[in-house]
Amino acid sequence: MSAVEETPGSTPAGAAQRGPAPSPGFWTRARRQPRFVFGLVVTVLVVVFAVVAPFFAPFGENETAGAPFSPDGVFGTDYLGQDVLSRLMYGGEAILLISVLGTLLGMVLGVLIGVVAAYGGGWWDEVIMRLNDVTLAFPQILLALVVLTAVEQPTAWIIVLLVGVSHAPRVARVSRGVALGIVSRDFVVAAEALGERRSRVILAEVLPNMSTPLLAEAGLRLTYSIGLVAALGFLGFSADPGSANWGQMIQENRLALSTQPWAVLAPVAVIAVFTIATNLMADGLAQLAQRGE
Amino acid sequence: MTTTADQQDEQGAVRRGAGLVVEGLGVSLTGRERAGTDVVEGIDLVLRPGEVVGLVGESGSGKTTVGTSLLGYSRAGAVISSGKVLVEGRDVLTMPWREVRQLRGEEVAYVPQDPASALNPSIRIGKQIVELQTLRGIGTTASRLQGARDGLAEVGLPNDDEFLRRYPHQLSGGQVQRVALAMAFLPKPKVLVLDEPTTGLDVTTQAMVLETMAGLCRTYGVSALYVTHDLAVVANIADRVAVMYAGQIAEIGDRRTIFASPSHPYTRALLDSIPHLSQARALTGIPGRTPAPGARPGGCRFHDRCAFVAEECRTTEPELRSVGPDHDVRCLRSEDIGRWDISRGTVPDADPDQPREVVLSIEGLDVFYGRKHVVHDVSFDVGKAEVVALVGESGSGKTTISRCVGGLHREWTGSISFDGTPLAKGARKRSAADRKRIQYIFQNPYLSLNPRLTVEQIVTRPMELFGIAKGREATDRAKVLLDQVALGPAMLELQANRLSGGERQRVAIARALAAEPDVLICDEITSALDVSVQGSIVALLEGLRIERGISMLFVTHNLALVRSIAARVEILQAGRVVEAGSVVSVMDSPAEDYTRNLLANSPRID
Repeated sequence: MSAVEETPGSTPAGAAQRGPAPSPGFWTRARRQPRFVFGLVVTVLVVVFAVVAPFFAPFGENETAGAPFSPDGVFGTDYLGQDVLSRLMYGGEAILLISVLGTLLGMVLGVLIGVVAAYGGGWWDEVIMRLNDVTLAFPQILLALVVLTAVEQPTAWIIVLLVGVSHAPRVARVSRGVALGIVSRDFVVAAEALGERRSRVILAEVLPNMSTPLLAEAGLRLTYSIGLVAALGFLGFSADPGSANWGQMIQENRLALSTQPWAVLAPVAVIAVFTIATNLMADGLAQLAQRGE
Repeated sequence: MTTTADQQDEQGAVRRGAGLVVEGLGVSLTGRERAGTDVVEGIDLVLRPGEVVGLVGESGSGKTTVGTSLLGYSRAGAVISSGKVLVEGRDVLTMPWREVRQLRGEEVAYVPQDPASALNPSIRIGKQIVELQTLRGIGTTASRLQGARDGLAEVGLPNDDEFLRRYPHQLSGGQVQRVALAMAFLPKPKVLVLDEPTTGLDVTTQAMVLETMAGLCRTYGVSALYVTHDLAVVANIADRVAVMYAGQIAEIGDRRTIFASPSHPYTRALLDSIPHLSQARALTGIPGRTPAPGARPGGCRFHDRCAFVAEECRTTEPELRSVGPDHDVRCLRSEDIGRWDISRGTVPDADPDQPREVVLSIEGLDVFYGRKHVVHDVSFDVGKAEVVALVGESGSGKTTISRCVGGLHREWTGSISFDGTPLAKGARKRSAADRKRIQYIFQNPYLSLNPRLTVEQIVTRPMELFGIAKGREATDRAKVLLDQVALGPAMLELQANRLSGGERQRVAIARALAAEPDVLICDEITSALDVSVQGSIVALLEGLRIERGISMLFVTHNLALVRSIAARVEILQAGRVVEAGSVVSVMDSPAEDYTRNLLANSPRID
C-alpha cells in the first residue's frame, strides 16, 4: 500500500538495507489496511449492538406487542405477535457468545493438533493428520445434527463443544501448514540443540511466529461459527426454544415471508452483515500475513 | 581469469560506437512518508563497447538499483527521478514503453542473480531458447533450433537433443547460469547487465561462468555492467571498477589503479576486510553500518565511518573529482591519506608445528540421509584454541559433518568424542554439559534468531537453561556479551527482526558465547554477510579464540578466509576428505589435483 512497507521479495540484503528504521508494528500496518479496518469497525458495531441493545429494547423478549405478523413498530411483529425489533435486539447475545466460544475452542484444539503434528514429524505427523482427514470428511453441520438429535434438550455448552470440535480438524490442517514452514527454521533447530523442552519450543519459538496467519484463520472460523450457530437455530436446535435467536427467528417467521418480510429479512441482514464483516477482517489479516512480517 | 592481458590488446580494436552512457542518474522513493528520498543520485557512468565495468558496493549501496536503471526499470516503491541513460545516443528513460520493451533484452540484456527463478521450470531448455527467438523475431522457424544449439555451444554447454529436452531442474546451478547467459547473448545485445550472477555458485563453476561471460563480451564487443559485492571477482574480470557507497559512486577508475592505489578511504577499508589466498591477514571491518536511504549523513556520506575524517568532511559534500588518468574519487582528503599497500595487515600464518591438545576427535564418521550415504569415513580432530576449517564445494558434506558434531543430525555411525568421552547422536540424548560446551552458529542469521523475541531474551536463554545465571544477573552478563561482540546495551530491548544481518550474526555469536562453550561450530557464518561485516566477525572470533581458548570448527567454501582464520584445514570432496593438514602446507603446496583446482579458481586480489 505504501513504500514504507518492504518491497515484495525482500532479501536479507534488502532487510539490512532498511537499517535502523524500524519496520512499522503489526497494528500500525493493520490500521492502514482499509479492508481490515472496515471489517473490524462493523464487527465491533454488531457486537456492541448485541450486547447493549437488550437494555434499550422497546418490548420484552417474549412480550406480545400486537397481532401476529402485523406491521406495528419498526419491523412489525412476528408469528406470536412479538415485536421483531425487540427480538432482534435480544437475539444476538446467545449467537455471539456461542460462536466466539466455539471458535476459541476450535482454534485451541486445532492449533494444538496441527503444531504437534508438524513439530513431531514422521510417524506422528502421518497418524495425526490421517485421523484428522477422517474427521474432516464428516460434514460440519451433519456432525452437529447427529449429536443434537440424540440429546433431549441441548444446552449452550453442548453447541459450543460441537462448533469447536467440528472446526478443529480444519484449523489443524491450516496450522500444520503454517507450522511446517517454521519448525524447519534454524532458530527452532537452535533451541533443539540447546536442549529446550519440546513444550517450550512449541510455545516460545513456534507459536509466536504463527500469530498473524492464525488470527486470520480465527476470523474466518468465526464467520463459519456464526453461520453454523444460526443454521442450528434455524433448524430448531437452540439452547432455549422460547428465547430470541437470529437463526431461530428466520425459521419461526418464514411462513409469512410474503406478508411480513421484515420478520425474516431483519435477522438475515444482521447475520449477513456480521459474517461479511468478520470475513473482511480475516481477509485483511490474511493479506498482512501473506506479505510476510 | 587469465584473459585480462589480451583483453587490453583487443580493446583498441573493439572500441567503437558509444556503448552506454549514464548521466546524472537519480532514483528516489515514492510513497507518502519517504517520497523524494534518494536511493541513488548523481550517477555518471560510461560503458565502452567490449568493456566490463564492475559495480561494487555493500548491501544498501544502491548498486542493483543502478543496474536495473540501465533497462529503464525501478522496483516498486521507487522511481527514476532524474538523469539520462543513453544507448547509442537514445535516452532509455524518455522512450515510450513499447520501445523500452523492445530495448530490454534486444539491446540491453539482463542476467539475474538467480537464473533458476528466471527460467520456466515446466518448459524444456530447447523450447525456451527457441521461444525467446520467436518473441524477438530472430531468424526463421527453421533456423531457430540451430540458433539454440549455437547459443549453447558458445557458452560451452552440450547442444545435443538430449540436453535440449532437459528441464531447468535437471541442470546444475552453473549450467542454468550459462543457459541464462546464452539466452542473454542470443539477441546480440549491445549492453549486458549482470546482477551478482555467480553468487551461490561454487568457485570452479564461478570461474567457468565468468570466463564464458568475458569471452562473449570480447567477441561481440558487448559492454557489461557487472554488479557484485565481491571485490575479488571484480579484480579478475573487470576492466574498470566503480565503488558505490550510500547511493553515490565513491571511486571509479581502471581496475589496476583501483587495486594498486585506491584513493577513497572506503575502498581501502573494503580491501582491508578481504582475506588473501597467499598469506594470513588480520582482517578488519568498517565500524558502523551502511546508512539506509533517508538516514544518510550530510557532508561526506562516509564521514561517520571514516578513519581519516576531518571537520570539513562533516559539512562539505565532496564532488567526484579526477585524481589521475581515468580515476575519479569522491573524497576531500584523498591526497592526505597516504599511500596504500595491498599487503597491509598481513600476519604470520598459523604455526603448523604448534603442540596440540586434542579436545574433539571425529573418527570413521559415515553419515546418511535416509538410505543415501553422504559422508564416507571422515576422521579428523580439533585441538584446544585451534580453528579447523572444513572446506569444499556444495554437496561435499561439510555442513553435514558439522551438524553431526553439533547433534543436529542423528543418522551417522562412527565416533565423535569430546574430551575423550563419546558424544551421543542427537542433542537431546547428550548431557546438559555436552550441549553447553558445544555451541552451533548457523549460516543465515535471518533464520537463526526468533524474530518475535528480543535480543535480551535470546541471549539470556542459554544462561537460564544451563543454570549459569538468572534474572538481573543474566541481563548484566548479556550486556557484557553484547559488548564483546561490539553491540551496545541498547540492543537488548530490540526484537531480532529490527537488526541488520551483521548485527544478527553478532547476536547469534553472543547467544553461543552465553553458554560459555569450549567448542564453537561455525557453519558458513559469514557467507550471508558483506565483506566488511565478515572482516569484523572474523576479527571477533580470533579475539575469542585467543582470550577464551575456544576451539572452532569453521565450515566455509572460501579458501582465502581459511588462510586468515584457520590453523588446520580439511578439504572435502563428495563426502570424503581428499586432503588435510596445516593451512600453510595445504595451501602452499597442495598435493591433490582437487585442492590445486580449488585454489586456482578462487578469485583473489593479492
